Amino acid sequence: MHKDHHIEIRELTRVEGHGNIVVDIRKGTVREIRLEIIESPRFFEALIKGRHYQEVAHIISRICGICSASHTCACLKAVEDALGMRISRRTGLLRELCLCAETIQSHILHLYFLVLPDFMGTHSVLPLLKENPSLMEPGLKLKGLANHISTILNGRPVHPISLVPGGTLHMPEKCELIEIKERLEEATELLHRVWETFRGFSTPGFEKAREFISLKPSSGYGMYDGTPFSNIDGFIEKEDYAHRLEEYVVPHSTAKHAKTGHGTYMVGALARLNNNHRRLTPLARRFLKDAPFSMPCHIPFMNNLAQVIECVHLAEYAIELVDRLLDMGLKKEPPRWGTTWGRGVGMVEAPRGILYHSYTVNNEGLVESANCIIPTAQNLRSIEEDLRGLVPGLLPCSREEVVKGVEGLVRAYDPCISCSTHIMDVEFV
Amino acid sequence: MRWIKRPRIAFFSLTSCEGCQLMVLNCEEELRELSTRVDVVNFREATDLKRDDYQVAFIEGSVTREEEAEKLKEIRQRAETIITLGACSTTGGINALKNRFSPEYVTECVYGRNPPNRLLVENIPAMPVEEVIEVDYRIPGCPVSKEEFLGFVKALVLGIPPGLPEYPVCNECKMEGNICVFEKGVACMGPVTRGGCRAVCVSFGSICWGCRGLLDDANTDAHRETLGNHGLGDDEITKRFDLYSSFYIHRKGRCTKTTT
Ligand code: SF4
Ligand code: SF4
Ligand code: SF4
Repeated sequence: MHKDHHIEIRELTRVEGHGNIVVDIRKGTVREIRLEIIESPRFFEALIKGRHYQEVAHIISRICGICSASHTCACLKAVEDALGMRISRRTGLLRELCLCAETIQSHILHLYFLVLPDFMGTHSVLPLLKENPSLMEPGLKLKGLANHISTILNGRPVHPISLVPGGTLHMPEKCELIEIKERLEEATELLHRVWETFRGFSTPGFEKAREFISLKPSSGYGMYDGTPFSNIDGFIEKEDYAHRLEEYVVPHSTAKHAKTGHGTYMVGALARLNNNHRRLTPLARRFLKDAPFSMPCHIPFMNNLAQVIECVHLAEYAIELVDRLLDMGLKKEPPRWGTTWGRGVGMVEAPRGILYHSYTVNNEGLVESANCIIPTAQNLRSIEEDLRGLVPGLLPCSREEVVKGVEGLVRAYDPCISCSTHIMDVEFV
Repeated sequence: MRWIKRPRIAFFSLTSCEGCQLMVLNCEEELRELSTRVDVVNFREATDLKRDDYQVAFIEGSVTREEEAEKLKEIRQRAETIITLGACSTTGGINALKNRFSPEYVTECVYGRNPPNRLLVENIPAMPVEEVIEVDYRIPGCPVSKEEFLGFVKALVLGIPPGLPEYPVCNECKMEGNICVFEKGVACMGPVTRGGCRAVCVSFGSICWGCRGLLDDANTDAHRETLGNHGLGDDEITKRFDLYSSFYIHRKGRCTKTTT
């Protein structure tokens, strides 16, 4: 039987930011599938134009509350690159620890608050909190722990206070770090429970080969350090990154789409896992062995489990970072000064994937131009293409099933729509 | 404010980074308790429910498009109590920095001279919510503090009108035992900024950037002078005030008041 469906999901819920999904099916064939991004653009390039380099991270962090530490770190790296500043090992470790905490909190928020209701058949996390506290407990505790780490390091979980170009304004106390370490060690049991919960749900096996891009450092899994790496082309010079992508405007989105010479590519937890899984911590590697997929994995729905594996890795790695900080001692890190000016590039792995910032700073220390390439915007093309691949297979199903599949796919990507509309690629004149 | 036994509350987000909503979701410990005291009937980021029978609406984000202004008017008709959540909705926040340029110019910056869908990218100067509709209470901050948000919810549940501190950040900064950054020759917006955040930025080694907005009776002229005495040029001083209060500065030509 051929069915007509015109499905419009207005203001898709349980994602970060505002988006619509439009699916038009006539006589059993898919006529049109769009992920409309209707988030208001915020024009950050205008906001930071003429601002001093010391303020830029403060402003640019406000692109996105959920990955504010990632934006801050990418910005600081770019500014430091532009000004020829070097940071100490200690400052680098503290930033890495911030990113671990942010990614754990972001992944857990996504898994427990946004995705879990789909699996449990509830409209939100609130009934689960009331009726299924033991299911929710590991999620709430891990999120609480991640936010606690951010608060110890940076005063609050959103918009870090102490990270500045060339240094760190606040050092945690030794006892605070020891407490963080103890709580991270105890988190292993919680992470097992997270794995059991999410490992147990079945998702569509829909699969589509594509290019994966993520950072790859000389050693380690890499969130703060590394050079962009493609599973097809290998390493990409960071200065070349922006040129390798083609960004283009589509009529139904306030966020731009992007592609490489190979077409669609994917960034984020699953891309990182595919590129760097040999560098996981021992426990995370054991989880990966138990996963219902093997590497390379091209099943977009598995991004959820990739996030769990990353949480395990990051919690274990964070313990190592704390140990190294404790060994080193906790001296104040007053900001260092720049030696030059010009253009700089900074990249980190944000929770949702590779994040690129570049700035040109003039000889008065003021920002002249900026360019940010944001993970979700890089994934939008991939999401739409997957929707086109997924929906025909769902067609015998009822409208509800199609809606569920479509929403589930978009959510699995963990799109951060508020972020993605803040692409900037202007050279000011 | 009327006491409501189990208020139905809604969260709406306009142009923002969603960081303030995230601070709400960060109340892990309190979420369970909260869900027994209030009914959340509309919170796009957290739930599929989209009910319109809310009594209290929290609004995050600035108004930067005509549709957002329309949406606000609708919300005002439905809600008994409207509370702004964060700097974006309370003072225009960081978003208002774009008001230095024309909407056409900022659009062109991002999408080029011929955006493929003009409707989608159309924007107006960023405004706080109170420019469009009447606001009952305001929670400032970029982001809001979790404690302050929970305090507001508690007041709601008890039927007590919530209030904001009428003293500057400096008062709390001293109580926290910080050394004033002015003593180190660094300029700070604490003296003119509304307290209530326990001067968290100074405690964590930075300065007060002014995210909670200017005090109603802030002596901005005196503060301009102080900043000038600490070596900031006119342009730098304006930028300091601009960061979080540019909406009011832009409109009035000078920075005197936070409310209309
Ligand atoms: S006030 Fe700040 S934290 Fe809150 S939504 Fe606006 S930019 Fe984000
Ligand atoms: S550091 Fe800033 S907030 Fe603290 S007392 Fe000095 S001026 Fe006030
Ligand atoms: S110290 Fe100033 S900038 Fe920091 S939270 Fe308080 S008001 Fe905002």
